[in-house]
Amino acid sequence: MNSAKYILTLVKKEFLLELRQQFSFYGIVLYVIATIFVLYLAMGQPEPAVWNGLFWMIQLFVCVNAVAKSFLSESKGRMLYFYSIAGSKDFIISKLLFSALFMVAMSLISWLLFSVLLGNPVISAGKFLGINLLGGISLSLVFTFLSAIAARAQQNAVLMVIMGFPIIIPQLMLLMRISNIVFGSVVQGSLLQVILLLVALDCLVVVLSIILFPFLWKD
Amino acid sequence: MRKSWWKIVCVILLVYTVVGGFLFSVPAREILHESIRNLYFHVCMWFGMMILFTTSLVYAVRYLRFQRLQDDIYSVNFAKTGIVFGLLGYATGIVWASYTWTEYASSTQIFTEPKLLGAAIAILVYLAYFVLRGSLTDIDKRAKVSAVYSIFAYVMLFPSIWILPRLLDSLHPGKEGNPALNFNDLDGRLRMVFYPAIIGWTLLGVWIATLKIRLDSLKEKNLLHG
Repeated sequence: MNSAKYILTLVKKEFLLELRQQFSFYGIVLYVIATIFVLYLAMGQPEPAVWNGLFWMIQLFVCVNAVAKSFLSESKGRMLYFYSIAGSKDFIISKLLFSALFMVAMSLISWLLFSVLLGNPVISAGKFLGINLLGGISLSLVFTFLSAIAARAQQNAVLMVIMGFPIIIPQLMLLMRISNIVFGSVVQGSLLQVILLLVALDCLVVVLSIILFPFLWKD
Repeated sequence: MRKSWWKIVCVILLVYTVVGGFLFSVPAREILHESIRNLYFHVCMWFGMMILFTTSLVYAVRYLRFQRLQDDIYSVNFAKTGIVFGLLGYATGIVWASYTWTEYASSTQIFTEPKLLGAAIAILVYLAYFVLRGSLTDIDKRAKVSAVYSIFAYVMLFPSIWILPRLLDSLHPGKEGNPALNFNDLDGRLRMVFYPAIIGWTLLGVWIATLKIRLDSLKEKNLLHG
């Protein structure tokens, strides 16, 4: 019970920070708009398969940029302060929660922009919304933890990309695969199995983060 | 002698693998024909890689528990040897695929092959592990951070290597269940060489790793015992 209170407070603090320093939020939104606009100039209105591929690649890059700051922006002094007031478990859970919410918002924004600029081949919007939520959460969880690792290595954002891309490939492939259903095409294999696998992977990342984060935290 | 018996076993098993692998009779199979002898080399490399990476993981966990630098040296060298085995697995796989796949499959089909992808991910992850190590200068910090990453990466690697190929379509044998332990595909004649070969190649990997560990331990002697 106490732990939930700490987590809520920490998440609230992240929201407050985001509200006070709005440049970072709008910066990411601008990044999304600019990339999708450039894509529109380059591709026009692509076919569903291309649309799907582009959409998830943009999600990946947005995620790297949006989530990178979750740890990379924390100064050493501030980390020490958090260390003295909060448990490592509460801290990492609040970070994961916040970046998942942030990333879900970003993927909804980019879906909106995609449908305005690159056309909307999505037939069943409800299903795509679900896949979008799942995808946003999966991507953000992995990259949040990697940003915690990269923060220990001289705040190196490039390193996060090097470490993250190989790990995220399977999840991204599964996501692209199941999002084919919203374009009206038939997916081979069981859909439920893939979704369960993705959910299981998300749970795995959370558990691993809780177990491993204390080692990164202590100096 | 007491400590080197497994090295002698390794040499004997490998001599047996090479001689038996090329000379013993093998079952005649469609498409594969005589290239089935590659089973004793190609599949064993992946076994070796998995075992070496798993050993590396065990030492990473030990490092996080006991904070001994020796464990970090073990972990990193097992990972290094694992990468070598992975690359050799690719090399032997190329030879095999060039005789069995190229006539029947397009190159995109081969390049998007789930098993190849899984193996590529594994090698990329461990290369990233070395980049991460290279970017940290403080020895204790390097050991700790890289141990955390290697545990995280290894656990995330499971789905890509073991589950994904079973969900996606594949040219590669072994989609249903474990190919190496499938008793329908493996003839008794094959098994007679195959199982000793796995042990022999894995022992060779461990041997290479221990040599590198001893070298590194000598280099870090002052830090370990000073």
